[in-house]
Amino acid sequence: MPAKKTTPKQAAYQKKVKKYEPKPKALHNAVFAFLSGGTICLLGQALTDFFGAVMGLPPEKAANPAVATMIFFGALLTALGLFDRIARFAGAGVAVPVTGFANSMVSAALEFREEGLILGVGAKLFSLAGSVITFGVVTAFIVGLIHAIFPGG
Amino acid sequence: MGKKTGKQTFQFANPPTIIATGTVAGPFEGRGPLAEEIDVLLGDLHNGENSFEQAERSMLVQACRLALDHAGRGSAEVDLFLAGDLLNQIISSSFTAATLAIPYLGIYGACSTVAESLTLASMILDGGFAGAILVATSSHNATAERQYRYPTEYGGQRRPYQQWTVTGAAAALLGYTGQGPRITAATVGKVVDMGCKDPLNLGAAMAPAAAETIACHFQDTGWDPDSFDLILTGDLGEIGFKLCRDELTEKNIHLGENFSDCGLFIYDREKQDVHAGASGCAAAGLVTFGRLYRRFQKGELSRVLLVATGALHSPTSFLQGENIPCIAHAVRIEA
Repeated sequence: MPAKKTTPKQAAYQKKVKKYEPKPKALHNAVFAFLSGGTICLLGQALTDFFGAVMGLPPEKAANPAVATMIFFGALLTALGLFDRIARFAGAGVAVPVTGFANSMVSAALEFREEGLILGVGAKLFSLAGSVITFGVVTAFIVGLIHAIFPGG
Repeated sequence: MGKKTGKQTFQFANPPTIIATGTVAGPFEGRGPLAEEIDVLLGDLHNGENSFEQAERSMLVQACRLALDHAGRGSAEVDLFLAGDLLNQIISSSFTAATLAIPYLGIYGACSTVAESLTLASMILDGGFAGAILVATSSHNATAERQYRYPTEYGGQRRPYQQWTVTGAAAALLGYTGQGPRITAATVGKVVDMGCKDPLNLGAAMAPAAAETIACHFQDTGWDPDSFDLILTGDLGEIGFKLCRDELTEKNIHLGENFSDCGLFIYDREKQDVHAGASGCAAAGLVTFGRLYRRFQKGELSRVLLVATGALHSPTSFLQGENIPCIAHAVRIEA
């Protein structure tokens, strides 16, 4: 069924709603996201350096255990019920790094565990993270295609 | 047909009495300003159950039992149970009905359920089809979040105009014995669609429906805003409430200090960080059967118009890009 056309009365009301809706505090949110996101990246870099020094790995290899550690902490904080409280203030600062990805999967797993392991946790684990994976793969495919068509690019 | 007045209002020849009420709320609500006027406050969101859905149901059963206990009745002495909630296929209500074993009619009006159930119960009682009816409704923050939005522990930032779904259950026994406020009239609303699509701002979507029903009640009955001690909308929240007042002003109906919204009473909006206020079936339920009922009993109120509002969308209709249709029903409660 095609969506019904907006009537003039509805359009006028929508304008009024926009007037009453408070705007998100963009500057405040951006500053908090910058500080929290920056802190997470700083931690990630410190971990990378640590693994590089302790395990004798080159920087690009040392990033792997560092990312795994960050994912572990994102998952742990979610399970302890602290992640959503931090996210209230940090916003995009914790959502954009891998910590946010870990949170989206663990929160879904916690939420649907009562619906069983297969149809609950198994099927719904990617209910939030699934689109990131789908469009990540699609983007990688397109970039790979461009690279194949224009070699040396 | 003598009981219908005007276009959408029904006046009861033999107005039923709210004999007793029962209210249960969650721990977060227990820290709000309404706490003293609620019978039982839960220690945690699970209420000793395995899932949040079971927790919501256990609250609803508890609220119903409280109402029956306060009235000194057993469930066998109740003719009908009318209830509704927000969960798919109204499982909280139907599973509760299975426990109570009272003949049951399930209803769905989203957050307008409290007014819808009071209207239907009053009609059935006034029509002589029953002598005692139990009405009830519930909502739970975690079950509603899961169904309509995100997993509980998902770290998303809430919009400044968003509302907080109340964890609670409210029940009332209606009939013709005992002392208590009476339901004297009801205005049944029409579904209103003003083109709202944002499920995070349901107050704005529901405000025009509330304004329509309030205007209709005044027109049908000849009563005016000054006839009431209190005119209360259900769960419009701060933004929706302002929009509703604005819509009524445009209809040349000017409401004063006696106009408010149930969604503004439940939390301390500064300290509890709930943004625009409370929402959910239990918002209007707890305020009506908790606060209003007690104040009627103390003689502090004599005439109240309760206008409970509901957003009638589903997660599917929203994802398919449909507008959010809304409804509001009004009941007049008099001492």
